[in-house]
Amino acid sequence: MLKWTRERPVLWILAVMLILGAILSFLSPFFLTVPNLTNLLKQVSILGLLAAGQTLVIISRGIDLSVASILALCAVVMGGLMSQMGLPPGVALPVGIALGGLVGAINGLVIVKTGIPPFIATLGMMGIARGLALVYTQGVSFQLSSPTLIWIGEGTFLGLPIPIYIVLLVYAVLYLLLNHNSFGRNVYAIGDNEEASLLAGINVDRHKILLYTISGVCAGIAAVVLISRLSSAPPNVAQAAELQAIAAVIIGGTSFSGGIGTVESTLIGAMIMTMITNGLNILGVSSFWQQVFVGVIIILAVWLDKLKGR
Amino acid sequence: MKPLLQIESMTKLFGGVHALEEVSLDLHSGEVVGVIGHNGAGKSTLMKIVSGALRPDHGRIRIDGETVTLDSPIRAHQLGIEMIFQDLALLDNLNATENFFLGRELTRSFLGFRWNDAQRMQTIAKEAIHNINPHFHRFRTEVGLLSGGQRQSVAIARAVHLDTRVLIMDEPTAALGPEETEMVRQLVLRLKKRALGIFLIGHDLQDILRLSDRIVAMRGGRVVGTVEAARASEDDLLGMIISGKVPAAALPGPGAVTLDQEKD
Ligand SMILES: Nc1ncnc2c1ncn2[C@@H]1O[C@H](COP(=O)(O)OP(=O)(O)OP(=O)(O)O)[C@@H](O)[C@H]1O
Ligand SMILES: [Mg+2]
Repeated sequence: MLKWTRERPVLWILAVMLILGAILSFLSPFFLTVPNLTNLLKQVSILGLLAAGQTLVIISRGIDLSVASILALCAVVMGGLMSQMGLPPGVALPVGIALGGLVGAINGLVIVKTGIPPFIATLGMMGIARGLALVYTQGVSFQLSSPTLIWIGEGTFLGLPIPIYIVLLVYAVLYLLLNHNSFGRNVYAIGDNEEASLLAGINVDRHKILLYTISGVCAGIAAVVLISRLSSAPPNVAQAAELQAIAAVIIGGTSFSGGIGTVESTLIGAMIMTMITNGLNILGVSSFWQQVFVGVIIILAVWLDKLKGR
Repeated sequence: MKPLLQIESMTKLFGGVHALEEVSLDLHSGEVVGVIGHNGAGKSTLMKIVSGALRPDHGRIRIDGETVTLDSPIRAHQLGIEMIFQDLALLDNLNATENFFLGRELTRSFLGFRWNDAQRMQTIAKEAIHNINPHFHRFRTEVGLLSGGQRQSVAIARAVHLDTRVLIMDEPTAALGPEETEMVRQLVLRLKKRALGIFLIGHDLQDILRLSDRIVAMRGGRVVGTVEAARASEDDLLGMIISGKVPAAALPGPGAVTLDQEKD
């Protein structure tokens, strides 16, 4: 069993998710109902998108603390373009996503050109992007009403909420990139041994810039889902969501020491995080206690990961 | 005939310490040049410069007589310079095939995108590694879990390809058993016949004597002298390494600092 889970880490984490699901449906009959499961899929989408780009960054032995702030900045800019300037979503949303990519690229450039560690560089960007979002909106949130946003936020296709298709699309692209493209091999190599990667002739700097750009784009896409679900673009939204995203990546078995991890496991990691908050909500546990639980789960996940690595 | 590779007055400082001081050295194609010297003599530093991994403080490198700028390992690869590093520089979490093709993956086009051609890479890597080591079979295992000899096979196979003109082997047998050491020896002789120029760095003086055409001794970042392997003894080499004494039979030319010059 241990050998088997080591070769296929995604099965291990899938088993954890199923056990958690079984426990939750045992504790509350409401957990395993269609409305709640639909709700769960909607809830997982934003976290899942933030964690997707984060996975690649962490595999490369970096970290991106700025994703939640980039999300907020993208959200208010999209909101501003639509509500203040009257632009259609077809223009505003792509511009917002591109802005996420731009901010991510700046992260990458700063890390590569100055040699500042990713933790510090993205911590700085976390403040900058959130601050710009507040400056731009003066702290108030734009109210949005557009059929497109309502469709993304409330619509379904084949019975499943629209955001889950966005999530699956993003994960499919990243999966292909990691497993069937030289970019992915190189990301694993960089995370394992940056110097050896350089010597092998990999353009490490270019890869890093691209990685943080991808993370920023994911945050921009998450912003689309967020403003669609809220029908507004508040600048102070998704506080500390970067920590949840990092937790989802780690629960998914991606190693902080670099070179190991998969996006499919991260998606399940994000599911587990969401199931815990959703389950605790159903059970009526206060949100204060929920934070305590989530903290304990993160520590447990990393500890279990160490155990099965032996 | 013009030398394949010329190193001219190479100098490198690490925080005020001279790792290399005005080192000059030639390499012809089809020639094996042994590079010997104590720990810290500057052998690896010199070769890292040639392979584009380090930038010198000053000095020049020519290939076929033309000055080249070796500002990255990528550039060195383009010029046909390949180095097997002392610590191998393999990626422990990737398997043999992935290591073999790292940074130069084969791709094929599908639906307008470039995808890794895993099948073809597997076939080619297998053939190349078998060429070096017929007993190698663990292509799916992460190389971090392989033995020293198996890792060395992957590292060598990676460095030796059709476009390789200069091969630098930094202590290639240091981590190997007797059988694997013999395998590397045979390989050096085979590659020499293919007209590669080879720098062979090592501490086993008998080995170096047997495999090299010329031998360069380094000491404290400088070249002590160059000798023809066929006309030198192990004692000559020891004398150069330990006390900087150049044997009477030393060769003139770049890198061949005579005793008189040493004194001024
Ligand atoms: N990255 C570095 N930073 C500082 N000093 C260095 C660095 N690399 C090498 N040196 C110093 O430069 C000198 C030459 O080192 P080098 O590694 O070239 O020696 P070597 O001849 O290869 O020795 P060995 O036989 O132990 O491999 C040594 O004094 C070493 O300490
Ligand atoms: Mg050395």
